[in-house]
Amino acid sequence: MDFFNEAHVDAAKELLYKMADDQLIIGHRNSEWTGFGPLLEEDIAFSSMAQDKIGQSEHLYGLLHELGEAEPDTVAFTRNAPQFHCCHLVELPIGEYDFSLIRHFLFDMAEAIRFEMLANSTYEGLAQIARKYKGEIKYHTMHANTWVKQLGTGNEESNTRMQNSLNDSWNLALGIFEPGPHETTLKEAGIFEGEAVLKEKWLELVTPLLEKANLQIPDESTWEPFYGGRTGEHTEHLQPLLDEMTEVYSIDPTADW
Amino acid sequence: MTESEIREILKEVKDPEIPTISVVDLGIVTDIKVDGNDVFVELTPTFAGCPALKIMETMVSDRIKQEDGIGEVEVKTSFEKQWSTDLITEEGHKALLQHGLAPPKRNCSALNMEILEDTKCPYCGSDDTTLNSPFGPTLCRSLHYCNSCKQAFEGFKPVVN
Repeated sequence: MDFFNEAHVDAAKELLYKMADDQLIIGHRNSEWTGFGPLLEEDIAFSSMAQDKIGQSEHLYGLLHELGEAEPDTVAFTRNAPQFHCCHLVELPIGEYDFSLIRHFLFDMAEAIRFEMLANSTYEGLAQIARKYKGEIKYHTMHANTWVKQLGTGNEESNTRMQNSLNDSWNLALGIFEPGPHETTLKEAGIFEGEAVLKEKWLELVTPLLEKANLQIPDESTWEPFYGGRTGEHTEHLQPLLDEMTEVYSIDPTADW
Repeated sequence: MTESEIREILKEVKDPEIPTISVVDLGIVTDIKVDGNDVFVELTPTFAGCPALKIMETMVSDRIKQEDGIGEVEVKTSFEKQWSTDLITEEGHKALLQHGLAPPKRNCSALNMEILEDTKCPYCGSDDTTLNSPFGPTLCRSLHYCNSCKQAFEGFKPVVN
């Protein structure tokens, strides 16, 4: 779509920033399993998913560039934590493998629905990318679902580990859906139906899958989403990640390899 | 040069990671326009995060420039059209087999584990194979094992839109 007023551009930028930052940061976290996966196939799986996420984020930063923001590399590598818009879920360290798997499950199910919703966006550039990504992410959701089910229904230890990770991750995952300042504009312009709709669809999707995996969603009375990430308030884990991710770029921005 | 002549010479440009298949047979050359001496080529990515994308843009551009009388060459990667593995030509399937890769199943309505599990061994043609992992050494490959010829092999993953 042609943005006909500033409000639409601001709203689109806010949406793009949180999507791209989520992908870049979870992509970096996924890549930390490279060489450390519990088995070779899982090492490769997390490395591949990292490559997908980081590669996808680059195209979203490309859309931001079209809307007047700096070059993708500049945006990705020269901001500090308070300028990032990722949710807290993606910035936490990889922890034990059960945590990484549950995070991957909860995040990718949400992302798959987000792409589905955006595939018909009036913002054509974003709709094209979303149509592409919703095909690719099927491999991520398939992977997540296979392992969550296998370990959730495995033995007592695997079930306990997965359940504990789910308990620890749930409120963080709800933070994905932190409402932004432009929800109404995005909806009225037909760009995106909004975080609240996304959250409902996500609950409908993950609830039966977790049930099949013999895992219990924490009681609704305990739900307290971790908000703040979208407006630059982050956990203490993000800045060290950024320092590591941008180390080469900071030493020599023209480095090539 | 005409559009079909450009398409013909681009059959010499191979995927940097699968050197038996050309960018044309891979189905990623989705538009060619010739305007006088100027050439425009549109490439549609297989996987958004594929690091070979930028390399292929340069390879396509360099190959066209080798021809006489070529003016400006523009190669652009676009998401306007959607790539799926159904765009790989029959010639392309043969090229994948030649590289020891099982070609992706055609006309899958939706992607699921069963489709990946149901992969023929590229070496002996047996259907008795096991899926080891839907992720492989590159984004477009999966890992399999053939129970007949006892050989590990890779498949080109189906991408369904």
